[in-house]
Amino acid sequence: MLKDITLGQYFPGNTAAHRLDPRTKILLVVLYITALFTAGSFYAYGLMAAVLAACVRISKVGLKALVRGLKPVLFIIVFTGVLNLFFTPGEEGLLWAWGPLHITISGLRNAAFMVLRIMLLIMGTFLMTYTTSPISLTDGLERLLNGLKRFHVPVHELTMIMSIALRFIPTLIEETDKIMSAQKARGADFESGNLMEKAKALVPILVPLFISAFRRADELATAMECRCYHGGEGRTKLHVLRYERRDYVALSLGILILAGVIAMRAFGL
Amino acid sequence: MMDMIQTESLRFAYPADEGQNPVYALRGVDLAIERGSFVVILGHNGSGKSTLAKTFNAVLLPAGGKVYVEGMDTLDQDLLLAIRQRVGMVFQNPDNQIVANVVEEDVAFAPENLGVPTEEIRRRVDDALKAVGMDEFVTHAPHLLSGGQKQRVAIAGVIAMEPACVVLDEATAMLDPVGRKEVLSTVHRLNREKGITVILITHHMSEAEQADRVIVMNDGRVDLDGMPEEVFSQVAHLRHLGLTVPDTVDLLDRLRQNGWDVPLDALGVEECAAAVAGAVKKS
Amino acid sequence: MPILEIQHLTHTYGVGTPFQRSAVEDVSFTVEKGEFLGVIGHTGSGKSTLIQHLNGLLKPTSGKILLDGNDIWAEPKKIRAVRFQVGLVFQYPEYQLFEETVYKDISFGPRNRGKTGEELDHAVREAARLVGLRDEHLEKSPFELSGGQKRRVALAGVLAMEPKVLVLDEPTAGLDPAGRDNLMANIREYHRHKNATILLVSHSMDEIARNVDRILVLKSAHILMSGTPAEIFARGPELLAAGLDVPQITKVAMALRDRGLPIDPAVYTVEALERQLLALKRGGAPC
Repeated sequence: MLKDITLGQYFPGNTAAHRLDPRTKILLVVLYITALFTAGSFYAYGLMAAVLAACVRISKVGLKALVRGLKPVLFIIVFTGVLNLFFTPGEEGLLWAWGPLHITISGLRNAAFMVLRIMLLIMGTFLMTYTTSPISLTDGLERLLNGLKRFHVPVHELTMIMSIALRFIPTLIEETDKIMSAQKARGADFESGNLMEKAKALVPILVPLFISAFRRADELATAMECRCYHGGEGRTKLHVLRYERRDYVALSLGILILAGVIAMRAFGL
Repeated sequence: MMDMIQTESLRFAYPADEGQNPVYALRGVDLAIERGSFVVILGHNGSGKSTLAKTFNAVLLPAGGKVYVEGMDTLDQDLLLAIRQRVGMVFQNPDNQIVANVVEEDVAFAPENLGVPTEEIRRRVDDALKAVGMDEFVTHAPHLLSGGQKQRVAIAGVIAMEPACVVLDEATAMLDPVGRKEVLSTVHRLNREKGITVILITHHMSEAEQADRVIVMNDGRVDLDGMPEEVFSQVAHLRHLGLTVPDTVDLLDRLRQNGWDVPLDALGVEECAAAVAGAVKKS
Repeated sequence: MPILEIQHLTHTYGVGTPFQRSAVEDVSFTVEKGEFLGVIGHTGSGKSTLIQHLNGLLKPTSGKILLDGNDIWAEPKKIRAVRFQVGLVFQYPEYQLFEETVYKDISFGPRNRGKTGEELDHAVREAARLVGLRDEHLEKSPFELSGGQKRRVALAGVLAMEPKVLVLDEPTAGLDPAGRDNLMANIREYHRHKNATILLVSHSMDEIARNVDRILVLKSAHILMSGTPAEIFARGPELLAAGLDVPQITKVAMALRDRGLPIDPAVYTVEALERQLLALKRGGAPC
């Protein structure tokens, strides 16, 4: 069922991970990703995994939920793994070969690194979305990008679009489910047939979905105007973002870890 | 005292296809809505009731005539925000008026737009959620609430502007009976306790029973206007307009046609039963 | 043999998660051919889950659904065939319209069933006629029509599959009184003319009371009571205690009984109460 998709879902809570400023969390994710791409040894990956494990522990988000988040990208993970496993260039430490396919020690290493990297990257990012409400996430993004307003980048509008999109994901998923059921009840067949037929079978879902999305957008725009929305100018906030001591601590830790990973790489660890 | 909303020979037409004459949805409406009153506007689909509601806070602007909100002309662009802050609007589809993923953030949306200071927003959000009985749901995700709960959040989002008037544009149409009751009792309480003027647009006759005043729209004009008892006693006329009357009134009407001496305006179940029982025992 | 037989149906969502919950639990009932059955209950009583089992959109966690005596899940691969036999019209079905013309949209179901040519044309026109759409509507885009007409198109889209059983989920939700009355009149007409079997799911006690032969009352995943409208509404106080409504006129009848008048508790239409009161006043025995 589509409803099971956890993409971008938020699990309310009141842990240290939840209370961090969203800007801190966005920056931490950036640091984490940088560190992931710097890491070049099992020790470094071990450190990254340990960091993530610690964050998961603090956030009290179940590891299960996090692993479930990997499901939609399972294909990419497997694909990358297989690609690296068989096609890493070089002959050194050859274990197995068949035509152009060969498995080497470094291929194994590369595949393991790539799979680890993608998994950690996705889980790290998901941990942020799981512990940060979309509103404060977009709020944080808006504040971080505030400087770009000087260059006439419509930062407020972009983040408003993003937060409304996030708000409507569950609604539209539910609606897709309903439309699918309704068309199935009229005998629509989404399972059999070749690719072309399958694509054609989507028309009875997509057309109503688009029409409804436009209607929703129209009504939402009116409702927003009725509540005095007139752009970002002069807006105040219910939750004002303020860096606390915990944010400075978390950021310092993040920088330290990144520095550590860089050092490990420099020393060939 | 100045009326909450006043319309003067108000006309409105939706844009027509090229080469066709515009169809007037409102053809001369003169109304004065008293401050603090609970007014129900009834009418079948296409009677103009929803169009009328949307002129009350300048979502639609008059094509002829005027609409005044506390004396402010809705055609005056400079007064737009002031007017919308005074007259809040709740719409039919609960899903299409909730902006945020968290209940409190959604309720805060209007005061944020109005530039209300943070501490004051906090107070207003908490008060508004308490006023609609949703204070337990402050940090909930709106899409997981029931229809009635979503509409109450939408009402809270409007109340947080501290308006003088709330217009509910068929806001109960998509709800089940439980949700409908929740919303109705909520707006009745707001009207009673906070003195907020309520204008309820609906085609559920039963929702009109406890109003101060019932206005029936037909063909872009006000057709009937009065206390619920007065309006509902026009049984034949209401049927002619494609509206039904409450079963209580239907029963009393039938009994009167059989020569019974019962009043037509005993709307409630108890009043109706009392009137009928009295008439039976008299014989 | 009943046309539909539901045996010990249970449906559990989220098995093995903290959110595990049975939406329908050990529900059994039968539907006879030609019967007009009403299903009533609150949101969350299990109505929607129940009806999605009747045409195989949902698979029972346990229990069986027999259509004409055959288990519909006997051959899971053929479940799509069941959808044509049990036509299900969802709430707000106008949101499923997608074709360029009304005609094409109505023909979606029967085409999926494999109908072509004259047979298809006949099914589409007959369905359109049954819901009160005129020929001139058929070539229009469904999106040009009014809300009430769109709903008729969607209903026709299911009727055109010529199902043996028609299941309607809140067919009149959101319509105004005249729209409601007209649509229900069409549905009654269809029932009478085709001797069709219909399940009507509704929140509205009044709508159920006026139309159906028999009522199932659902509460918290179980059948709370079942019987003719007279039998059900005679238990008015019980319904009210369960948080369900009774028709307004039944409430008046209850209030009259409280005042000592010998009114039959099973009254649920204005006409019936009027008859009783007139008989009472004449001094005759209430019928």
